[in-house]
Amino acid sequence: MTVFCFVAAFLLIRRLSKRYRTTHIYLKWSTLFNTATWVVIVLYIAVQAFLEDGVDNMLGAALLLGLLLYVDKEPDFKGQKSYLQANFPLVGVSFITGVTQLIAPVFYDKHDNFFEFATIASFVWIFSKWANSNKQEEELRIAAERKAELEALVSERTAELVKQKENLQEIVEELKATQDQLIQSEKMASLGELTAGIAHEIQNPLNFVNNFSEVSMELIEEMTEELNNGDKDEAIAIAANIKQNLEKIRHHGQRADGIVKGMLQHSRASSTTKEPTDINKLADEYLRLSYHGLRAKDKSFNANLETHLADNLPLANMVPQDIGRVLLNLFNNAFYAVMQRQKADAAFKPVVEVTTSLKGKYMEIRVKDNGTGIPDSIKDKIMQPFFTTKPTGEGTGLGLSLSYDIVVKAHGGKLDIRSKENEYTEFIISLPI
Amino acid sequence: MKILVVDDEADVQPLFLQRFRKEIKNNEFDFSFALSGEEALTYLHSAHSEVVLILSDINMPGMSGLELLTHIRHDFHNPPPPPVVMMITAYGDEENHRQAMENGANDFLTKPLDFNLLKEKLKTFTE
Repeated sequence: MTVFCFVAAFLLIRRLSKRYRTTHIYLKWSTLFNTATWVVIVLYIAVQAFLEDGVDNMLGAALLLGLLLYVDKEPDFKGQKSYLQANFPLVGVSFITGVTQLIAPVFYDKHDNFFEFATIASFVWIFSKWANSNKQEEELRIAAERKAELEALVSERTAELVKQKENLQEIVEELKATQDQLIQSEKMASLGELTAGIAHEIQNPLNFVNNFSEVSMELIEEMTEELNNGDKDEAIAIAANIKQNLEKIRHHGQRADGIVKGMLQHSRASSTTKEPTDINKLADEYLRLSYHGLRAKDKSFNANLETHLADNLPLANMVPQDIGRVLLNLFNNAFYAVMQRQKADAAFKPVVEVTTSLKGKYMEIRVKDNGTGIPDSIKDKIMQPFFTTKPTGEGTGLGLSLSYDIVVKAHGGKLDIRSKENEYTEFIISLPI
Repeated sequence: MKILVVDDEADVQPLFLQRFRKEIKNNEFDFSFALSGEEALTYLHSAHSEVVLILSDINMPGMSGLELLTHIRHDFHNPPPPPVVMMITAYGDEENHRQAMENGANDFLTKPLDFNLLKEKLKTFTE
């Protein structure tokens, strides 16, 4: 029965050799595998030929045990433990068989069937274990394959997602650029609306400049005449008039200058420099610009403008052209609303009011009109970009959305709305002082 | 001749006084001023019989010149003769002109005012 231990050792070596043939550690071990195979075979032949019964079994058991312990200790062959353990019963049975043969040959001879059976059974045990571990390995291999497949799938999907994310980011960048362009074109559009108002506003002071300078030339001629006539008092009176006229010329020249500067500021790309600003002046200026701009388009339109400007307001830090745009927007909307209402009712008297006041740490600017009002159904939407109730091509839908950004985001203020359909609309800007 | 000038620009007043200083000196014209349509109506209610001619801007906050014209034609048609009304506007367009004439304006002038032309026109109305 000695053969079983040697066969088990032989099979163990072959199995390891086969198992690791495709791995990187095979180079290191291949020679040893082959040598060990031959050693086992030669040893078996030698043992059969020269050793007596009992000793051969013990030697076979020792050989197998040594091999098992060696393989078990070797880190290269990790994961073979259950298969190695399956060999121990055979080692044990062979050893006991050998010992029994040496110590109690009579007992052995009497029960040799039992010993043979035990040896064969423990050998079969190895095979069953081996088959089992093969099955497990197969399952593990399949699991590993599935895992690899899944990982490949996951990395494929991840790559797709990353690509999509990059695409989206590009789109976001494009959208941002488009938004900037839209803001700029909205500015230019409102400048266009302003042009007529500005022309009217400049025309008035220019007329005064021309008229007062013409009159002054006439007056100088008269003064010369009076001096020639010797009427000094009359000449002095005329000189006083000329001085007054020159002051008027200067005043109206500055007025025109201010309007042009305001226009340039309005069209300029966003500036973020806040400066102390007289909100009353700003509100009054833009109310007039908006009104005259509208009147230039529709000459028959007329509205009552009411200004209630508090005289105790401090200068507040703001970007004047941005707040000016907000005011212009609100005024334009107010005039649009009263015009719409007037279309439906010819007897209607449009009123647009602007009120400034001090409210604790805030200053408040209210822009109120008695126009069509805002229906409750759209109150939530009016601040959204591109939302407009105007016919296509008339409104960009950006006015209020930009106003909201300017007041709330850039100035840390508030923009509130109160409105009742067919009665009034009131926008309340609160700016921190 | 009493002339009422209605314009929301305050500097119109010294301008008229200087442009017409000779006529004022010679007592040809006597100017009064109003800064709004409402003010002009109040003035007319107190002194309408004296006013022979009204020069009014059309574009004014509150009551427009055209509304003022309508009021004048409704409220002050007697005693005869009713005042002469000349409308002035910076927007010299057809629509304003048509409306002014429909509402009974005697003339229509555009800004910037040509004072020499205005003088001649005023003289034809006084003759």
